[in-house]
Amino acid sequence: MSQATLNIRRISGHAGPAPGAGVEREEQVCKLVDTTTCIGCKACEVACLEWNGYSFHETIFQNSYQTMPETAWNYWNLIKFDEHERADGTMMLLMRKDQCMHCAEPGCLAACPADGAIVQYSNGIVDFQQDHCIGCGYCVSGCPFNIPKFNQATKKMFKCTLCSDRVNEGLEPACIKSCPTGCLHFGTKEDMKELAETRARQLREHSNFENAGVYDPAGVGGTGVIYVLHDVTNPEAYGGLPSNPRIPWVVKFWKGPLKWIGNLAMIGGVIGVTMHYLRFGPKRVEPDNNGDGRP
Amino acid sequence: MSVAILRYTLHERVNHWIAGLAYLYCLVTGLAFWSPYMFWLAVLVGGGAVARFWHPWLGLVFTASVLWMYRIWHRDMRTTNADRAWTKSIQYYIRNEDQNLPPVGRFNYGQKMFFWAMFYGILLLLASGIGLWFVESIPWSLRWLRYLAVAVHVGAALITIGAFIIHVYMGTAMVRGGFTSIIRGEVSPEWAKTHHRLWYEKVTGNASSRR
Repeated sequence: MSQATLNIRRISGHAGPAPGAGVEREEQVCKLVDTTTCIGCKACEVACLEWNGYSFHETIFQNSYQTMPETAWNYWNLIKFDEHERADGTMMLLMRKDQCMHCAEPGCLAACPADGAIVQYSNGIVDFQQDHCIGCGYCVSGCPFNIPKFNQATKKMFKCTLCSDRVNEGLEPACIKSCPTGCLHFGTKEDMKELAETRARQLREHSNFENAGVYDPAGVGGTGVIYVLHDVTNPEAYGGLPSNPRIPWVVKFWKGPLKWIGNLAMIGGVIGVTMHYLRFGPKRVEPDNNGDGRP
Repeated sequence: MSVAILRYTLHERVNHWIAGLAYLYCLVTGLAFWSPYMFWLAVLVGGGAVARFWHPWLGLVFTASVLWMYRIWHRDMRTTNADRAWTKSIQYYIRNEDQNLPPVGRFNYGQKMFFWAMFYGILLLLASGIGLWFVESIPWSLRWLRYLAVAVHVGAALITIGAFIIHVYMGTAMVRGGFTSIIRGEVSPEWAKTHHRLWYEKVTGNASSRR
């Protein structure tokens, strides 16, 4: 969703620095998802579809309450349901609202080759600009959370915008608005972090979840969506939330050293053949005077 | 009084230029995707989204063309003893002191290496390109394949670009007569004797040909 009035921090596929980056400082926005008070009602899923103008479509049943296996290009917000057996043998139904994490260091943006197709606003929201997207799918390889999805009809990538259009107008994201239990919160990163830590401490001290904690992975510079988990040492149990997400090293190598090596090799090749021509010139075939094939 | 010798048949020439143009398209669009500083190249061919749409299809055209080259040329592209002798004297070739070179057949060792670089290059580019084309079809649990596809595609592309630079330089600027031979198909007997003497002797059927 194009939000051209928002200030930019980073732009994908851009030659040179992002224009206007750092001109204005803004509070970092953050969504807090408290998985310990989520009841799996899916109001956030419906609100997301409503606000973003997508109709509900067929669900894919996988022997759980989960709507479909993973998010889709037109289904950006999905609660992942997992039955989890605790060490003492009791069962827990883990429910985690999955969506774009709005990484501080976004892998999608690092991988994207199209100028301005992915932007990071100065408030931290990572947004796709479909009018600049070329549909190459590199962001799929760059994302450590498996979020960007391809629309076959329009050949464009889509994902959660953190309701950048609403946030721009001073509103909270649609999912937050719809949550009946208050397990979703929205505010500055600082405030959300404090609220999350308070809740995690409460869980540790009063609810016998000694491993309760806040998921804000440092590997991607922290995220614009943070979770309170009953057991922060095992995020994988929550629908495969990666325990240490990072931009894949192949993507980093490709967009970093390999770019230099490749460019130098290509320029070196062109200079090399030019130098050869200047030094040795062309191979000419002289008329065959003596008839032995040698000039 | 020299009679021109047919070096490339019409089929070979047409196929070469199908491959050449398809490769050039993939090169221009690929460079656009490679670096933001070359993204403007995509504008030349209709914009990023158009370039992205056609790049894999032209890649398939190039693949088909190279496979056809393999069918008709792979026997000619095997390394021979003459090539081994020639390779030992390659410094004379580089310095244009061709009179010191042992004779070679239809293709010299450099041309053969170019052929195999492109042949194995396209196999890697095809396999990795399909992975990039249908990246979402690679399940999340096998995501290392997504990363491998990126690395292989970029690596193989860079190798073919290196080969391509040398190929274009030699075919147009360095070896005079090579470019016309891949357009009109013919070379002069002197050209054939100078650059591919064993082939010349084979096609003329005369080891001590006098004209």
